[in-house]
Amino acid sequence: MSIAPTPGRIDIEHAHIEVGDVSGRFEVLHDVSVKIAPGEFVCLLGPSGCGKSTLLGALAGHLELASGTVRVDGDVVDGPHPDRGLVFQQHTLFPWQRVIDNVAFGLKMKGVARAHRHAHANELLASVGLAGFESRYPSQLSGGMQQRVEIARVLINRPRVLLMDEPFGALDALTRARMQQLLLEVWGRIRTTVVFVTHDIDEALFLADRVLVMSSRPGRIIEDRTLDFPRPRNTEMVTSLEFAALKRHCMELLHRGESDTPFPRMTPLGSPLAAP
Amino acid sequence: MSAVPVSSPIAPASHARTVAAVRQRTTAWFARGASILASVMLWQWLAVTHAKLGFVSFANVPTPLATLDAGRDLMASGKLVRHLGYSLWRVAAGFASAAAIGTGLGLAIGRFEPVRRALLPPLELLRPIPAVAWIPLAILMFPSAEASMVFITFLGALFPVLLNTIHGVEGVDRRLIAAARSLGTGRWKMFTEVILPAAAPSIATGLAIGMGTCWFCLVSAEMISGQFGIGYYTWESYTLQNYGGIIVGMLVIGVLGMSCSALIRFAARLAMPWAAGTAR
Repeated sequence: MSIAPTPGRIDIEHAHIEVGDVSGRFEVLHDVSVKIAPGEFVCLLGPSGCGKSTLLGALAGHLELASGTVRVDGDVVDGPHPDRGLVFQQHTLFPWQRVIDNVAFGLKMKGVARAHRHAHANELLASVGLAGFESRYPSQLSGGMQQRVEIARVLINRPRVLLMDEPFGALDALTRARMQQLLLEVWGRIRTTVVFVTHDIDEALFLADRVLVMSSRPGRIIEDRTLDFPRPRNTEMVTSLEFAALKRHCMELLHRGESDTPFPRMTPLGSPLAAP
Repeated sequence: MSAVPVSSPIAPASHARTVAAVRQRTTAWFARGASILASVMLWQWLAVTHAKLGFVSFANVPTPLATLDAGRDLMASGKLVRHLGYSLWRVAAGFASAAAIGTGLGLAIGRFEPVRRALLPPLELLRPIPAVAWIPLAILMFPSAEASMVFITFLGALFPVLLNTIHGVEGVDRRLIAAARSLGTGRWKMFTEVILPAAAPSIATGLAIGMGTCWFCLVSAEMISGQFGIGYYTWESYTLQNYGGIIVGMLVIGVLGMSCSALIRFAARLAMPWAAGTAR
């Protein structure tokens, strides 16, 4: 099931986003304009509550803009679509479905026959290192495995854009490092556009082609930096001088962008993030 | 677990644990049996001595042995099967319609705000009215006594099923719905593929409680009339001064109600292996 690689150009123009109800509306994103090329791996880096998840929610089509436009391949985003896969920080696997059916869910929605979608789901599970786990329930997996299933479930739709909201934020350091490596491997094969939200500088610099640093609320993009670390990347790069210098630079940016009052963190659905 | 060879130092320990577990379980069952036996003996003593405890009198309460006799008479008369058959049919019909209507309404009310606004206020008003209070109106409303009896049992199960379904639908994780939308789920599929399974444990709880209340309401329903039904038998035993029969009827209803609820819970566990322990 190999189709020609789909483009995934993102054009965000003068996006303003407000959240909250009638009693308390506030601006989360202020005049954000970005162009992202097809196949680019972009990390959105910013302090907690700066609106990076909100921007992701708008790209996914779960949040409306107050003004401005978001386009993917020229089409205005006006709702969720399987072409734009969204991965949450805490997995959203269906607890009542076995791993295989969770991964195959997108194909089921497209009306693909059971045998066919299971075959494809099995392939994807193998590619994220979960062969042999297809008949488990999500609750029977570790946190890292759950996120791998979540990623496989999104990838089965061959999305043009992969949107990830701190997908490894809830994992322990070792598992997180392994998942980053795995993500780069998978991305090396499918080359979809990735927008990856994180507040972890190391993670952003390790993964991305390009880092967008955001200021505190209302979020604006205060730095747009292209990284030219060679690929494939490995953990040795994290100890290089160049990496350290960039990390220091990003830290200063984040501190400067931070306000004195911490803002509550939000989900891509525009609601405050519940404590895990 | 798979067949991993157990090394010898572990085996005796795990064996000892198993023995200890079995012994503990045996003791628990023995304690339960002893407690029930003691209660029956207390009942026997109170009934034989015609005890008068101020307010309550045991003068007309049949003894356990008299109850046993009444039970044997009921079996011998061959009517037990017909009584049970009628009662089971009424509970089955009432429960099935309550399950269908309760879940259907609950899903609609829980998911769609206009439906909630239109339907929930009158239902909230009707909810506190006990099923017995419906009997006169039920007789006037339905063409046959049979239909009104089924209606009363239906009412008994309706509200637990309805409220638990609404609760279950409201409790569905918004993120699951958002994830499903991002995976290309349409409006109707969202219902069948996400809302319904996500609410299923709560619905199952409602069904198990509703099954219990169905049996509560059965006796009141069967007082309406009829010649058969275990609730009717209980009431008839009183009017015929067959006091042992009253207790037989009560016990049969208790056992059947308990078994039917257990059956629902068992079916729910089979249907939802992923929700181990949630549908209690």
